Amino acid sequence: MAELVSMRKAYGQALVELGKANPDVVVLSADVSNSDHSYMFEEVFPDRFFNVGIAEQCLVDVAVGLAYSGLIPLANTFAFLFATRAVEMVRTHICYGQANVKLMGAYAGLSDSFDGPTHHSVTDVAIMRSLPHMTVVIPSDPLGLAKLLPQAVEWPGPVFFRLNRNEVPVLFDDSYDPKIGEAITLRPGDEVTLICAGLMVSRCLDAAEVLAGEGIGARVLEMHTVKPLDVDSVLQAARETGALVTVEEHSIIGGLGGAVAEAASEAHPVPIKRVGLADKFAETGPYFEMLDRYGMSVEDIAAAARQALAAKKG
Amino acid sequence: MHYHSEELVRELSAQAQAFRIQVLEMVYNAQTGHLGGALSIAEVLASLFFHHLRLDPARPDWPDRDRLLFSKGHACAMLYTAMAHRGFFPVEELRTFRQLDSRLQGHPDRVKLPGIEICAGPLGHGIAVGAGMALALKMRGTKPSSFSAPSGRASPARVYTILGDGEINAGVIWEGAMTAAKYHLGNLTAILDYNGTQQTGATADVMPTEPIADKWHAFGWHVQEIHGHNIGQILDALDRADEVHARPSIIIARTTKGKGVSFMEYDHNWHGMPPNEDQYEQALAELQEELKQWQN
Repeated sequence: MAELVSMRKAYGQALVELGKANPDVVVLSADVSNSDHSYMFEEVFPDRFFNVGIAEQCLVDVAVGLAYSGLIPLANTFAFLFATRAVEMVRTHICYGQANVKLMGAYAGLSDSFDGPTHHSVTDVAIMRSLPHMTVVIPSDPLGLAKLLPQAVEWPGPVFFRLNRNEVPVLFDDSYDPKIGEAITLRPGDEVTLICAGLMVSRCLDAAEVLAGEGIGARVLEMHTVKPLDVDSVLQAARETGALVTVEEHSIIGGLGGAVAEAASEAHPVPIKRVGLADKFAETGPYFEMLDRYGMSVEDIAAAARQALAAKKG
Repeated sequence: MHYHSEELVRELSAQAQAFRIQVLEMVYNAQTGHLGGALSIAEVLASLFFHHLRLDPARPDWPDRDRLLFSKGHACAMLYTAMAHRGFFPVEELRTFRQLDSRLQGHPDRVKLPGIEICAGPLGHGIAVGAGMALALKMRGTKPSSFSAPSGRASPARVYTILGDGEINAGVIWEGAMTAAKYHLGNLTAILDYNGTQQTGATADVMPTEPIADKWHAFGWHVQEIHGHNIGQILDALDRADEVHARPSIIIARTTKGKGVSFMEYDHNWHGMPPNEDQYEQALAELQEELKQWQN
């Protein structure tokens, strides 16, 4: 098993580095800074940190005002709150009004597992992805976070940056070089492609290993940017492997699976299986066990790959 | 506080009345738009655009401009009229209001029309977005990226936001009010168009807001109550608000929805309905009659 490292700590450290590198960066919180670790920025840059209280709509609006004034605000709260309670502010000012705000969606997916479905964020990608001008980025390990976050800040426009709460497997070394908007082939394969993001990348790498043991060559394509989707890489995978499996810590409706299905079905239809949370709420429990229970285990991924492969051979 | 001459007051009053006529024509010609809340805010907008605000229509992105966030976006026919006459764009462009290819969208669009500070229509955003702008102005000087430099000075610009009285039903108004007080945003002034009427009825019936002044006091704001169609009172209140430094300021402007047209006043049905030909003629006659009084 790979080493586990806290995404929250990695995030706090990355924020501090950003603060040092770019004086225009300001950080806002809706009073969860000790949860998401944005308090680490506050400790170093107290004059550039604003806590608006438990008021997520206000959080987004204040960030908009700062952005319209030329600063680069990183607004912090739980991912589901951006995508539900504050989404009108996101749509009207950030997307329609084109405010250069970066939304730091903490505790995404099922990663706040013990707090239960009220805190799980399983529709955020679908909601954010549907908004014009929005970019959606999901790092899959601490190094991916550290390399993608500065790019999100430099990106010309709003970004929804989806963050995991927990300790996650370390996948990459310094040679890993992600670029927003460009998918990365982490493992070659010709028979089926696992397209994945976030924590599910590590599970897809494990599933590919299982499939290799059965003689099945599974490509693993990390789609750390769900929007703008790297359509070329999706279509290349469709053409070259003829079967796709999308794997995400999100509802199977409208997220990465939806994006890939939209792209492939229009330009190069192939069998597609979507791995993720079915159209339901989960429950309270330990994180990794919950992912297994709700259809996102390594075996679920391998099974979906076998099904897609079978459908291809029809 | 500055002295405001009788001549200035008269001039701005006439201007506000002329704007009402322009807005009536815009909404009549387009057969769509919101008259009631536009007619109630004429004097406030005339006072801001033609006297109080620090702005340069040729440089809508001037860093030291005052920001006006027109939060009650549905009443934008009056905002567009004031902006056009102030020189932000040709007055003839007002004819394109709410039509395809127009910069004068049904609700204000900051991307399409330079000079608009905030997209508005969904209500409640003026104070919280304004607080963000006021924070930024306090933090940084006028040069890009200078706010952390030792020589950086706070910008002299101020932030103004115009709210509807129905609008303050929205919770984010009060979230923003607390935030502005917490950060001592003396450079933020809200003007409440307290016309007493919202889309489906009297404000007192739909969602009672009284005691309105007490509410804002309790939220830590400096509060003034004025007659919102009296230019002298508006100008004085704006000056007083500028002199408040440690806390945000609100001017509760008591106004009349549909002001100046007898059959529209206090009638919520004129919130978003265009007049027919007969109604237009009568409204025009009444507004012109009033204008003559200011011009004499």
